[in-house]
Amino acid sequence: MSGASAIHAAPGLSYEAGHEHDHDAAGKALWGFWLFMMSDLILFGLFFATYATMLDPMSYAGGPTPRDLFELPGAALETAALLTSTLTFGLAALAVKYEQGRGRVLAWLGVTLALGLVFLGLEAREFAHMIAIGAVPQRSGFLSAFFGLVPLHGLHVTAGAIWLVILMVQIAGKGIDAGLTSRLARLALFWHFLDIIWIGIFSIVYLGGIV
Amino acid sequence: MSSPQGSKPDAQGYRHDLRGYLTGFGLAVVLTVIPFALVAMGDTLDRATVIAVVAGLGVVQLFVHLRYFLHVDFSREEREKVYLLAFSALLLFLMAAGTIWVLVNMNTRMMGMG
Repeated sequence: MSGASAIHAAPGLSYEAGHEHDHDAAGKALWGFWLFMMSDLILFGLFFATYATMLDPMSYAGGPTPRDLFELPGAALETAALLTSTLTFGLAALAVKYEQGRGRVLAWLGVTLALGLVFLGLEAREFAHMIAIGAVPQRSGFLSAFFGLVPLHGLHVTAGAIWLVILMVQIAGKGIDAGLTSRLARLALFWHFLDIIWIGIFSIVYLGGIV
Repeated sequence: MSSPQGSKPDAQGYRHDLRGYLTGFGLAVVLTVIPFALVAMGDTLDRATVIAVVAGLGVVQLFVHLRYFLHVDFSREEREKVYLLAFSALLLFLMAAGTIWVLVNMNTRMMGMG
């Protein structure tokens, strides 16, 4: 694995020539993060598989069914927030790559963070509503699987948001150096990956549950 | 970056990269709106067909994200990443399909007993 190629493949981020050592270290770090993302992919995949086996009247245990619980507008709003945030992260990465200045990078990262928080707020409201009407994890196998899968994704987004705040503080304080660009490349991978997982969630859990 | 070392912001490169992100976003929006619209149309459509289309478009969108946001393609530099993704997908398929197979099979047997 050539480190330099990994960096050029990083979402929109690249390094200047003449930092061969940084190149390699950053490339290895990003490659390692790809490996981590693949283990995370397996984790999510098995939660999806478990959920799929619970889409069966016996697993609803006489409790609420997906059709009773899920509604299109809420899922559409969550999807819109997360999908737009993946674009704005890309624009932040381009602002770093083309040296458009600290302010512009922070602005796009700020929009990304705001959209992530909108997503989390919508999701928290949905879970609170479900719990209020008695659709709790212990109600049925189906609900256990739901609360294993969807909040796990929400937890990832929360971790990503905290990570984003930390990097924004570092950018505001120290500016954008090679180390920060490398960290930003890994967070970009994480953030885009979470949007890919969300494609599975809205397709299988929400659309598959409502149709 | 702190020390640009003479590399001037490249307007053409920027427009090219920007177009990539916007293309990916546009495709992702279309591939999201179609399945939501199909489900919103409700009972006027055949359920199995809708499920198949939603699943199909989801897979297409997965590849759109990989291509335009994660910049994975079939170039020489990206080959190792494609191997990694392909092997991870194989492992995931074995584990996920195996889980669904075994549990659905068990479910069917339990139904028989009831």
